[in-house]
Amino acid sequence: MNLAIRDIRHSLPRFLFTAVGIGMLLMIVMGMSGIYRGLIEDALLLVDKIGADLWIVQHNTRGPFAEISRIPMKVEDRLRAVPGVKNARAFVSHTIQRERMGKPLRIVVQGLSWPEDRGEWIPITNGRFLSAAHFEMIADQSLGFSLGEKIPLGKNTYTVVGLTRNMVGQGGDGIAFFTVRDAVAIQFDNSGEAVRLERDARRSRAVQQDIGNIHPELLNRAALPDIPALAGPMVSAVVVQTEPGADTDKVAETISGWKDVSVHTADNQRNLLLEGSVDKARRQIGLFRALLVIISAIIMSLILYTLTLDKIHAIAMLKLIGARNSVILGLILQQAMILGGLGYILAFYSGKWIFPFFPRRVIITGDDLIGLAFIVLAISLVSSLLGIRKAMSVQPNEVL
Amino acid sequence: MSEKTPEAAIEASNISKIYGSGNTEVKAMVDVSFTISKGEVVGLLGPSGSGKSTLLTAIGLINPPTSGQIRIGRELVMDGPAAKVDVRKFRREHIGYVFQKANLIPFLTALENVQIALEINDVPHKEARERAIALFEYLGIEERKDNLPHMLSGGQQQRVAVARALANKPGLLLADEPTAALDSFRGRQVMELFQKVAHEQGAGVLVVTHDHRSLDVFDRTFEMEDGKLKK
Repeated sequence: MNLAIRDIRHSLPRFLFTAVGIGMLLMIVMGMSGIYRGLIEDALLLVDKIGADLWIVQHNTRGPFAEISRIPMKVEDRLRAVPGVKNARAFVSHTIQRERMGKPLRIVVQGLSWPEDRGEWIPITNGRFLSAAHFEMIADQSLGFSLGEKIPLGKNTYTVVGLTRNMVGQGGDGIAFFTVRDAVAIQFDNSGEAVRLERDARRSRAVQQDIGNIHPELLNRAALPDIPALAGPMVSAVVVQTEPGADTDKVAETISGWKDVSVHTADNQRNLLLEGSVDKARRQIGLFRALLVIISAIIMSLILYTLTLDKIHAIAMLKLIGARNSVILGLILQQAMILGGLGYILAFYSGKWIFPFFPRRVIITGDDLIGLAFIVLAISLVSSLLGIRKAMSVQPNEVL
Repeated sequence: MSEKTPEAAIEASNISKIYGSGNTEVKAMVDVSFTISKGEVVGLLGPSGSGKSTLLTAIGLINPPTSGQIRIGRELVMDGPAAKVDVRKFRREHIGYVFQKANLIPFLTALENVQIALEINDVPHKEARERAIALFEYLGIEERKDNLPHMLSGGQQQRVAVARALANKPGLLLADEPTAALDSFRGRQVMELFQKVAHEQGAGVLVVTHDHRSLDVFDRTFEMEDGKLKK
């Protein structure tokens, strides 16, 4: 006869309410782990999806995910000439904040190296890849844009030609993919007044300097919309894919001989991300999770202890009629396991329902679920100890 | 032809129970010796505080004596406060208890309260159920077998407690004021049941009681006063 089940049956509403409480707690533990996974996944998303073997960044910097990196776009052409390089693409990524329907909207502007990269690697859920050099964009669904919608950014308007899902930046903001040129244009968009002021400033600088007197034509050029630039456009990084069978380390070694750039492998970028910007959040969530586990264990201990106290008389009677300790141990342990198991199931299903409403991705992996199952098992065992201790100390004469 | 001495169900030799020490010492039971034979129903009378319950819990292996020896069947089970057997095992196999209050386990049905006593004594579930139902029929409470204890009257609860005490066919049945919660008819019925168990199963029965209406049921009576046994 299973005494645990019969006791639960006897006080079912109370037991269910307790299980719901435990379930909510475990859901938060599960959520913390999911938030952590989401954080990692979001952080590594671009590094993983782009599929680059090497990241070429500004000299002595750790790349665009760790700090500001600016290198000339022309590096792309130099890299194509390196033996073992299959292709090189400019990488532009920055976050902008605009207002949409009265609410702030943060967008990660991601440049695609048109025409080589039209976004074929992006999982399109609706629409198509980029098919023009300008004014088209692929947007993550989380941004709330609809297919065909025209989005004004800076002086230009971009048409949403494709929608994707789960493509977010390090901060959890949705990514919008443009051509590199459009991404740069969005990044360096200045207002008309700022442009006019800059033209006036250019003219005064030219007047005050010797070069303005030597080349008076420059003063006329200062009023033009754009002075022919000597320097090429800058990008955050250039990503390189090596030829199949090529020795990536050797290619990296060749490029690292250049004094104007630094080279990082994809693994290196991943590690820099994990050990850098994500690390503190990871540790914070980890500690919070550990605290929650401890709190859950304490609460479960108290609940199980109270459940045991309610049964003291019955336990004394069982001892009096000769029940082995294993019968009483089984009663408490099984209740702890049922409570933990029920809490776990409730946590799983309530989390499955609630987590999609979280502003950032909450990713629950199979490994995390297994890990949590073991944690729940351990909590159930540990928390039943208090009740077991009490039950073992009960004397049969307490019946009298 | 020599008369055969009946086999003892229990034999207590000079058992005493002393609580505290020095100025706070209380002698709850002093040098009590007696024997109850198998098949014998013995009444234990005496005023409140005379040590009846102390004696009952001592020989019931619930509260060990300070000194003296207790034999149940032929086995020495207590030598002073030291147990000579696994008392819990011994209790479930050889002793049945009925108290003034039924002390039923509240989360088990009436039938399960009896079944559990059998199952913890390694009787298979199905057999335990059948034996419990047979006891319920015998005690006339089979229609209440699926009720929880709080749904039963005091008399019904006490009969379930009696069924539980009898479930494992104990060699020794100890009852402490078993009829206190029952009306005279039910009280008489329970006492006669004890008599029947003693005679049919050959169990030794010791009943602590204040109820003088059932004295005729007892083969012998003991009286306790100030912790001592007056025969």
